[in-house]
Amino acid sequence: MDVNQYMGMFLEESREHLQALNRCLLDLENDPRNLPLLDEIFRSAHTIKGMSATMGFTAVAELTHEMENILDLLRKGQLPASNSILDILFKCVDTLEQLIEAIAGGNELNVDIKPLIKTLTLLATGQDASPAQSEPAAVTVAGTVEGSDLVLDDTEIKVIKAANNQGIRAFEVKVELRSGCLLKSARVYMVMNALDQLGDVIKTVPPAEELEKENFGLEFSAIILTDSDPDKISHAILSISEVDAAVATQINLPESPLSTADTPATAIALPTEVIVPEAGPNTAGAPMGEPTVATADKKPKGGQSVRVDIDKLDSLLNLVGELVINKTRLEQIGLSHKLTDLVETIEQMDRVTTDLQTVVMKVRMVPVGQVFNRFPRMVRDLSRDLHKEINLIIQGEETELDRTVIDEIGDPLVHLLRNAIDHGIESPQTRKSNGKNPVGEIRLIARHEGNNVIIMVEDDGGGIDADVIKKIAVEKGLITQAESDKMENAEAVRLVFVPGFSTAKVVSDVSGRGVGMDAVRTKIESLGGMVDVETKINEGSRFKIRLPLTLAIIQALLVNVDKEIYAIPLGSIDSTINISSGDIKTIQNQEVILLRGQIIPIVRLAKTLNICQACNDDQEELFVTIVHMGEQKAGVIVDNLIGQQEIVIKSLGKLLAGIKVIAGATILGNGQVALILDVGSLMQVKG
Amino acid sequence: MAENTLMNNELQIVVFKLGREDYGISILQVQEIKRLTDITRVPHAPDYITGVINLRGSVLPVIDLKKRLDLPAGDYMDSTRIVIVKVEDIIVGMIVDAVLEVTTLNTDSIEPPQTVVSGVNAQYLDGVGKLDDRLLILLNLETIIGVATEAVKA
Repeated sequence: MDVNQYMGMFLEESREHLQALNRCLLDLENDPRNLPLLDEIFRSAHTIKGMSATMGFTAVAELTHEMENILDLLRKGQLPASNSILDILFKCVDTLEQLIEAIAGGNELNVDIKPLIKTLTLLATGQDASPAQSEPAAVTVAGTVEGSDLVLDDTEIKVIKAANNQGIRAFEVKVELRSGCLLKSARVYMVMNALDQLGDVIKTVPPAEELEKENFGLEFSAIILTDSDPDKISHAILSISEVDAAVATQINLPESPLSTADTPATAIALPTEVIVPEAGPNTAGAPMGEPTVATADKKPKGGQSVRVDIDKLDSLLNLVGELVINKTRLEQIGLSHKLTDLVETIEQMDRVTTDLQTVVMKVRMVPVGQVFNRFPRMVRDLSRDLHKEINLIIQGEETELDRTVIDEIGDPLVHLLRNAIDHGIESPQTRKSNGKNPVGEIRLIARHEGNNVIIMVEDDGGGIDADVIKKIAVEKGLITQAESDKMENAEAVRLVFVPGFSTAKVVSDVSGRGVGMDAVRTKIESLGGMVDVETKINEGSRFKIRLPLTLAIIQALLVNVDKEIYAIPLGSIDSTINISSGDIKTIQNQEVILLRGQIIPIVRLAKTLNICQACNDDQEELFVTIVHMGEQKAGVIVDNLIGQQEIVIKSLGKLLAGIKVIAGATILGNGQVALILDVGSLMQVKG
Repeated sequence: MAENTLMNNELQIVVFKLGREDYGISILQVQEIKRLTDITRVPHAPDYITGVINLRGSVLPVIDLKKRLDLPAGDYMDSTRIVIVKVEDIIVGMIVDAVLEVTTLNTDSIEPPQTVVSGVNAQYLDGVGKLDDRLLILLNLETIIGVATEAVKA
């Protein structure tokens, strides 16, 4: 079987299940007696085991198998869900993660799982004297056919028992192929197919992978659960060519100590509900290679869905973009030639394309929960390392964002959370002496706000001391002492985002804040968003990230400078005003205007973009577009305002990647290319 | 029949004019040839990048090949064309004075570039091909475009 075509699916689903494992284990830590949770953990582990066995990743399968043993003991209440055991399980999940990532990277064998497996085996056997409970010492079933080396583990025994309870018998089917048989694996496949039609195959000897690789002589056997009689089974198999013999013998389970160990409830309810439907696909399904089957019953909720390659969605979005451009073009033709019929038709088309665009955008949306999911684990580990008690509260994880944004937002959030844990939340002792709850609280909140998504990281820790920040900023020469004296506290705290503020480690030790905050800001701004901070001493801080819903199609204001057309993203425009040239004052060689009591620096586009040096110097009336980036504002002087338009952002390509002031390009209705201004870097240039 | 079958040691070359010289690039690197269209100037770009054009919905940078090769500038003419080339994964347009023909060149008739051929820096050259009594200057697009990338970064 060519497993490569399932590789992507395997990796993706494994990651999903690992995430589920992490989440459930965390919940279990808070609620150790929650049986449904354990069942879910078991199912996830089992699915990973089944998939990896099918794909031939034995290390993963082996580890999950050992994990299952422990989980089973937990489920039966024979092992308490203590912290030490959970730690081991967490370690297992981490190791599995490493294994899966190693597989994704193309080398499976780099991770050593032996020590962990040993711990698990010891745990399983050490806690429970009955050898029947642990895999390494499996029960040899009495009453098997002579000469058979049939060994059943406890899961299989339970399955058989559960089946027996429903009146279904288990048979061991021994098949002998004709000597000189050429395509043994093909024959095996046919035999398995035949058996599958009669019942559920739960085990083969040798295992399915070995059978597939033809690592056996001429004989192999399979255990099948069926209500057919043995003659029918052997007849069905003998009808396959090149099969010499097929003997079906019923398996009669001995009254093992296992049955006494099991409470009747688990013996009947669990195996039939949980194990039977999955055990089939995972062992017998192997030759057919259907890794998805096992997960089919894993997600009880949620509608039908289709997995689509993100590249396909990207090209779909591109095509819709093209459509929008052409629509705008038609609109212009209709208007300039005064063709009423055409204009009407285009209006209809406009509605359709708008809908289409919304739908495509929605398709690309993913809930932020995808990113948030990994944080509980991170917060838990980090707070343990730092001996702090922290409660992470996540809200609004169903809020959706464009896939491209989701992919990028993880790192900045990790940064903010780490900062909150490391520096924000005080130690339990300090908290107590300050009259606070010793358990700190971090809130991670996402919500919609107009065309934006807001993500907030709040902590109820010590807050940021503006005076300390000012002091450091002065020491580092970022601001002067005079500036520092005038500066308001809210503004001072924002200095943490200034590049150069946070490069040295010392800063984080003194102020307790600001490790790489400018990196956070740069990332967020590159996504077209912004980040701000509010803080109160001894009450905590709040970092607020504002992100656009999507990056691909935006509203923009088109402006004229000389003969060139530029687009300014509407999101960063405050207002447009008319001023007379006399309104412009000069402060320290910087042209400014006064707008509602605020001093706003002026950017002359014609100069900044090297169009002409003295274009509108003698012009009496000037158009100024007031733009903002974060709290900063600037007035951009343009020749003319053309109007607001929806534009599709196109990249300028590698060759022009480093260009400042230009964020990208777009194609106008007439096919001409217009450049999109990068408001952020425009502010840095100024006059 | 025999004429259509290319031997291993033969190259198909797109021949174009810059000033009075004939230049050539491998046909495998050429995607298409366009008439001159509206070119949008990109501020702060290196001066040999004339601007960007719209090629069926994607935005492509356009290089003024004469400026890039430090050849004397000239006005655009009726025969001026934009040759769209793909080098590795970068697609760019190059402005040339005229596109002449597609011809087959035997690798044996290609000589390594001397330090300076007709004023063009040797690093931009792959060699000089002899075609009957004509000389074809073969350009190395990797350096012409690759160096361009570095220039922007610096």
